[in-house]
Parts: sequence; structure tokens; C-alpha cells
Amino acid sequence: MSSSGVARFWREIPQRYNLLGNKCNSCNKIFFPPKESCPFCRRKSIGKMKELKLSGKGKIITYSIIHSAIENFQKQIPYIISIIKLDEGPNITAQIVDCEIEKIKIGMKVENTFRKIQEDGYTGAIYYGYKFRPCDSLLTEKEQCKCDTK
Amino acid sequence: MTDIGIVSYGAYIPRNRIKVDEIASVWGKDGGSISKGLGIYEKSVPSIDEDTATISVEAARAALKRCSINPKEIGAIYIGSESHPYAVKPTGTIVGEAIGATPELMVADYEFACKAGTAAIQSCFALVKASMIKYGLAIGADTSQAAPGDALEFSASAGGGGFIIGKENVIASINSTCSFTTDTPDFWRRAERKYPAHGGRFTGGPAYFKHITSCSLNLMKKLDTKPEDYDYAIFHQPNGKFPVSIAKKLGFSFDQIKQGLIAPYIGNTYSGATMIGLSSVLDIAKSGDRVFLTSYGSGAGSDSFDITITDNINMLHRENAPYIEQMIKSKKYVDYGTYAKLTDLLYWE
Ligand SMILES: [Zn+2]
Repeated sequence: MSSSGVARFWREIPQRYNLLGNKCNSCNKIFFPPKESCPFCRRKSIGKMKELKLSGKGKIITYSIIHSAIENFQKQIPYIISIIKLDEGPNITAQIVDCEIEKIKIGMKVENTFRKIQEDGYTGAIYYGYKFRPCDSLLTEKEQCKCDTK
Repeated sequence: MTDIGIVSYGAYIPRNRIKVDEIASVWGKDGGSISKGLGIYEKSVPSIDEDTATISVEAARAALKRCSINPKEIGAIYIGSESHPYAVKPTGTIVGEAIGATPELMVADYEFACKAGTAAIQSCFALVKASMIKYGLAIGADTSQAAPGDALEFSASAGGGGFIIGKENVIASINSTCSFTTDTPDFWRRAERKYPAHGGRFTGGPAYFKHITSCSLNLMKKLDTKPEDYDYAIFHQPNGKFPVSIAKKLGFSFDQIKQGLIAPYIGNTYSGATMIGLSSVLDIAKSGDRVFLTSYGSGAGSDSFDITITDNINMLHRENAPYIEQMIKSKKYVDYGTYAKLTDLLYWE
């Protein structure tokens, strides 16, 4: 990533680290990433957009298994990219981690986790942000042991 | 006297594990006898997108989920690790931002081999005592490095724990703490080097045992306490054997150290080790329980703590974040090839 890339990432830290979205206090719709004004209320929403931290919980509405990735992500293939409907309403696209490829399914409950998103080789900046993991990844250990043990 | 101590706690252990057997088979060694000798069955392995910063954030967020304090009231974050992701750029800045504690707070990264996390607890304790801050966040976390084929490869693992220190709603009062420090070259990693070096057998007697023994005895002498006054004891655990022998030597029983003895299942999490051990004790501790803890960091030094669990433990929402036992059980085994990829053993520039 170039230095302008570093600057862009840096500006987006509140969203990437803390899922900071916003809410239109005119129609109560919630947006992520945050919007300058509400696309539904337009002028009526001016001055009424309120910052809102999203809970980071949601459900998978669709997903895709990535088998062929760009350079920075090659060590992770195959991995899961998913569109998640957050409990507050907005959809978000994110990688799913700590989940076996054969276990992923639509409707699965997920929660956000803090991970490295990308790094500029061995010398550049490291970029952190949200990924999602199954909500019950800590409660299904019996099931996991069965299929993970060689 | 006002209680100063732990207000909340959280920990994180990556989900990947590799068995000692699997590592031994790659190097033509007998996994069974190594496992038995070290008292370690398997160790945690960070995922490709996990490092000391992500582990610290997960531990800090777990601590915040259990209580209801406003992160803006955290006045200091100190993170102890020997695997900070950047040589220059503090891990604490990333954690501070990720938990919403920035910008009005003190931040510094600590480094003292495996005891940098307990050093962070001492600093937060002192700042709270001096009324300079309302809350301090002390974290110990590591994704420790071991050269391929080195003896350390069987134990060097990943994980961390964090404690919010304050004087309101204290769940575990820190009654006293002391340290013992000398210049002992038992284990080190030179600047710019990827893997650590160590003094081999020298690391046992004059290093680990001497420092933990002296520090522990000093604290018990100061407080006029005996091992049997404590319900739980936690000692640094570079493997599953050392903490058992030191406990015995000091007069603690296996029952006292069992709950805080985590290394057999996840390996040596370095700065995370005593922090995770204490978290495991807090997972089940009851009001009135007394806890003894001594960390050890190569180089070398120890920090001892005398802690009493208060009635407030019943108000803390311990169930809001995963218990150590759940994180130990939630696992995925990887083979050596995958381990090599995840821990960047195959790197070149
Ligand atoms: Zn609107």
C-alpha cells in the first residue's frame, strides 16, 4: 500500500476497529460505513446523523469461498468472504475466520473479532480491522474435536 | 484502607493447536518422552492474521464485556510482550483505539521477557494508588518465536490476558506486590533477530528457580504468610514441569496450583502465561479466596502478588466472555507444514 493508502486506512480506523456507523434520526435507518447524509431523507437528515457503534453481531446472508487470491491473501486460501446482516440492520462484507469451510452456512450467527487485515510485506505498515467468527465457536468444542482430530 | 486491585479481567487463546508429537516427528525425536519431560501435550498457534496486538485487543474487549466501565475512563494502557508487532510503534496505541480509550491516556509498551505483563499490573496499581488515573489496563500477551528444531519449539505458543486495575468495584484486591531482579543471561533475543537464544540447562537453577523462590519468600516474609494461607497459587509456566517443582519446593500443594496451570494444554504463552493462569483462577474464584502469584521473566526477574477475592466477584458478569477452560477446549489441530506457514517459518525477503 502506498503512503496515500496508509493515510486512507488511518482515516477509516474508527470504522475498521470499532464498527462505528451512524443513524439517521429522521427515519431511524442505520448505516455502515457511516454516511454524510441519509439517502432516504436527504436534506431532512442534515444535522440529524448520529454516530452509532454497532454491536458486531449478525447473521450470514451469503458467502463465497475464495480459492484464488491476490498476493497478500495467498497464504490464507481457501478462505470465506461473506455478507453479514448486522443485528442493527446494515449489511457488511467481511472475512469469516475460525470456521471450517465445510461448516459455513447461510443464517449462521457471527460476531466480530479483531484481526490483521493486511500487511505491506515485512517492512511496511500492518493494517488491522474487523473480521467475523461463528458466535458459538467456543461452545461447539465437542463437534469440532470430532472432525479436527486426525 | 481502600482496596486497589482487579476490577475486571479477560484473556484470549488462539484456536489452532499443534501436538508435541507432531513437532517431534518432524525432527526425528520421540514425542512421547519429550511431552512427558516437558509436561506439555500441545501448544496454541496463532492464526496467520493474529499477533500480539489482536490477542491484546481480544483480551481487553473480554475484560470490558464483563464489567460496565466506560473505556474513556481508562487512563493508562501498558502492554507487556516480547513479540510486539512493531519494533517502533506501540501496541498500546492500537489496543487503545480498538477499545475506545483514546486519546486522553498514558500508553507504553513493556518488555521483560515473560514477566512484562505483571510489571504492567504493578505500574497500573501504583498509578491508581497515586490517584493519577481512575482505571489502568495491564496486558501481557505474546506470539512467541522459536527457531525450527530448537527445544523451545515444543513450548513457545500464543495467548494473553488483561486486567483492568482500579479502586471501585474491585473483585480481587491486590494486598501487596514485590519484585526480585538481577542481571542473569539465561535467555535473550538480540535486536533485529527473529529467534531467541538461550543458555540451555543454565536456565533452570540460577534463573527460574532462584528468582521465583526469592521473590515468593520475600513477599510471604513481608506479609507473614505461609503457603497454606492461600487457596490458589500461580507460577510462571515455561512448561508443565517447572511450576510443579517450584510449588513443591516452596511448600504449595498441587491442588493449589492446578487451576492456574495452563501450560500443559497450550504451551508457554510467555508474557501471557501468569496472566492466563490468574484469569483461569478468577473464572472460578469465590469471595474470600486468597491467591498467590509469582511471574518470571528471563534476564532476569520475578514479580510476586498477594491477592484476595472480594464480594464484588459475584457482581462481575464473568459469563459475558469465554472462560479459559472453554478456550482450551475450543481448538483446531494443525500439522507441522501448516504451523510453519502460520508462524512464518518459511519466510524470506
Ligand atoms: Zn433518514
